[in-house]
Amino acid sequence: MKDISMEKVNQVRNNMLETVKSPTLTHEQKVAAMANHADSLLNVLDLPEGLLELMEDTADGKCICDLNEGHAPLRPRYIVPDYEKFMREGSKFLQLDAPTDLQEALSYLLIFYKHVPSVTNYPVYLGQLDHLLEPFMKDVKEEDAKKLLRLFLIQIDRTVLDSFAHANIGPEATVAGRLLLEVEAELKQAVPNLTMKYEEGVTPDDFALQAIHTALKSAKPSFANHKMFESEHKTPYVIASCYNGLAYAGGAYTLSRLILGNIAKRAKDIKDFKENQLPYVMDIMARYMDERIKFMVEESGFFENNFLAKEGFIHRDRFTGMFGMVGLADCVNILLEKEGIKGRFGHDENANDLGVEIMELIKNFNDNHMNPYCEVSEGHFLMHAQVGISEDIDVTPGTRIPIGEEPEELIDHLMVCNRYHQYFPSGTGDIFPIDSTVNRNPDFILDIIKGAFRNKLRYLSFYEKDSDVIRISGYLVKRSEMNKLESGENVLQDTTALGLGAVKTGHVLERKVR
Amino acid sequence: MRAVVNKIIPFSAVDGPGNRTAVFLQGCNIDCKYCHNPETRGMCIHCGMCVEQCPVKALTMKDGKVSYNEEKCIHCDTCIHICNYDSSPKTMEMTPEEVFEKVKKQMPFIRGITVSGGECTLQPEFLEELFRLCKSVGLMTFIDTNGTNDFRKLDDLLGVTDGVMLDIKAYELEEHEVVTSASNELVLKNAEYLASIGKLYEVRTVVVPELFDAHDTVLKTTKLLKPYLAISDIGYKIIAYRPNGVRKQYAHYTVPNQEYLQGLEKIVREEGFEKVIIL
Repeated sequence: MKDISMEKVNQVRNNMLETVKSPTLTHEQKVAAMANHADSLLNVLDLPEGLLELMEDTADGKCICDLNEGHAPLRPRYIVPDYEKFMREGSKFLQLDAPTDLQEALSYLLIFYKHVPSVTNYPVYLGQLDHLLEPFMKDVKEEDAKKLLRLFLIQIDRTVLDSFAHANIGPEATVAGRLLLEVEAELKQAVPNLTMKYEEGVTPDDFALQAIHTALKSAKPSFANHKMFESEHKTPYVIASCYNGLAYAGGAYTLSRLILGNIAKRAKDIKDFKENQLPYVMDIMARYMDERIKFMVEESGFFENNFLAKEGFIHRDRFTGMFGMVGLADCVNILLEKEGIKGRFGHDENANDLGVEIMELIKNFNDNHMNPYCEVSEGHFLMHAQVGISEDIDVTPGTRIPIGEEPEELIDHLMVCNRYHQYFPSGTGDIFPIDSTVNRNPDFILDIIKGAFRNKLRYLSFYEKDSDVIRISGYLVKRSEMNKLESGENVLQDTTALGLGAVKTGHVLERKVR
Repeated sequence: MRAVVNKIIPFSAVDGPGNRTAVFLQGCNIDCKYCHNPETRGMCIHCGMCVEQCPVKALTMKDGKVSYNEEKCIHCDTCIHICNYDSSPKTMEMTPEEVFEKVKKQMPFIRGITVSGGECTLQPEFLEELFRLCKSVGLMTFIDTNGTNDFRKLDDLLGVTDGVMLDIKAYELEEHEVVTSASNELVLKNAEYLASIGKLYEVRTVVVPELFDAHDTVLKTTKLLKPYLAISDIGYKIIAYRPNGVRKQYAHYTVPNQEYLQGLEKIVREEGFEKVIIL
């Protein structure tokens, strides 16, 4: 391990003391922050030359961001356990047999969640709950099942303190799926995040409409284009964390992101961006990710020692790297301005075309980059439209149109999304606050989902404009909790602070209402 | 064949089932006091008054006609507010094919179109042709009408129409005349006829307490249509009067309270209607 300077050590010590004294962090949040501080003292990776210059610049110059994964990755970023195996066989390590009824199933799942690590220290995937629970539904009265599900979901919201924790339902309708939607519509909680895998012809309209009703009340579920995800992933896929499409019984080692707007700032013109700056940064980021993955697989011992791997709940060869990007809109607008060409991302054809050209370059690069440990995705990383973090200033999430610049008509907005969603098998998505009149005509949203998915859009989220729970970027936060935090009170969930940051810098509350 | 189009709303959640493109034709044959879009009532006579008043010079006179520049427009609606002819300089003369082109752009996100107005049945041939085009690509077609034109004489149009949304502005003739300055004899006949052939998607009543007895209208309308519920599931939309967009001289009526509207909803439900919406 390489040495670090005393100056760096003292800086970390100061950060630690600040964490200890923080008036707004809860105990759990302090413990997690202290672990990150400790990790920042390690120095085990062989960093590609040029990385630090690209990564440690100020916010308006930084071109690569590793999303606070730490210096010595001790676990993969996102873990997607095979919960079906757990339901079938139980776990030796957890000293649990297979559950035999609904009560046991729910209780054992809550135990399991406690032991699924991730970058946030909370599980980012909670399972395909309808499939997991459906076998137990026939032996229990509906009202009893509803009560148990209610308690289960409340316990998740109050103990899995992070709204990246994501459950899935669909595409088929099930008793369990319907009850989960019913309970969530009543509870209106931020956790868990929820996705309905939707496929026209497979998902019955009334089930989808119930999901839309729940979404208008509680900002979830979101809707994933099941057919599209299924065709792209060679193993079964799940939606985890924000909206990340990942392999079942696997996950993602790491996620870094290109900050395209800042890369554009380095470029003289479009040609320089395409031929020099972007390829230079992509190459360094890919090699950095390779290095992180290498350490995780070859040195960290995670895949040899963690019970999830030992008992076969995850398989090393079902993990991949997520090659992320943010700020396509910023990038396009900056480049056009440099060239003195009129055009604005999301509005003008030339700008949208340039966006597609840039995406093609990134895709092409990724298609040619090989990593020996990404077998599940044919040796390549999976592209990901990252949604932004609270520290981002003037960084537009993924390929979204900046808030405040949305086209007047939703159709025009969707047609822009349509050009970019295809690039991201490991996730992208757009979010639409909806006028309350739609409560009386939820078919309005179902028609949009059907049309969107026929048009190869990937992932859509909706919430009613006055809802307390809202979708920030991919995760959910309650407005009432953000208000508490802003007035200096402690709040339960980690994501509330992220949400408050995004509201302040990302204008999340100003999205155009549809 | 051309019609004057007031506007086209690409995605509408409030003009029939699901997501629809709503097309508003210009011109109306009755005069509802509470009309929420009075600028759709009359035809532009190119007097030029709005040209002088436009704050961003989006309107100009060309060859004696008002010309509208959409790019400059800031949608302040000054032109509409000052028009003495209940019209708008933004209307466009369009063929059914041209309107269809604008509708097609929304596919596959919409399930159909709804043509409203003004009163769209004043131009039945245009409607018929537009609907024929829409049907050819699988779009559902709906008419939003005041019911003052005899649908029994519009068989060809109904042949390409999936549903009609019909206003019952008041049940009693005298009250209807107070609200609209027109008779409702045909409206009620149309209601029964459309219901009898399974094409009455919904009836609507705008509730203005000072103008007519909504209780009476809602009760009698539901009794009139009740026998036809077996043929199709007719909806009833009870809409509260709101002063927004209403002409100044009629903007003083009372907005009915929720309790009153819920009382009306109860009547409708008691008569066996299941799709009841208060707006």
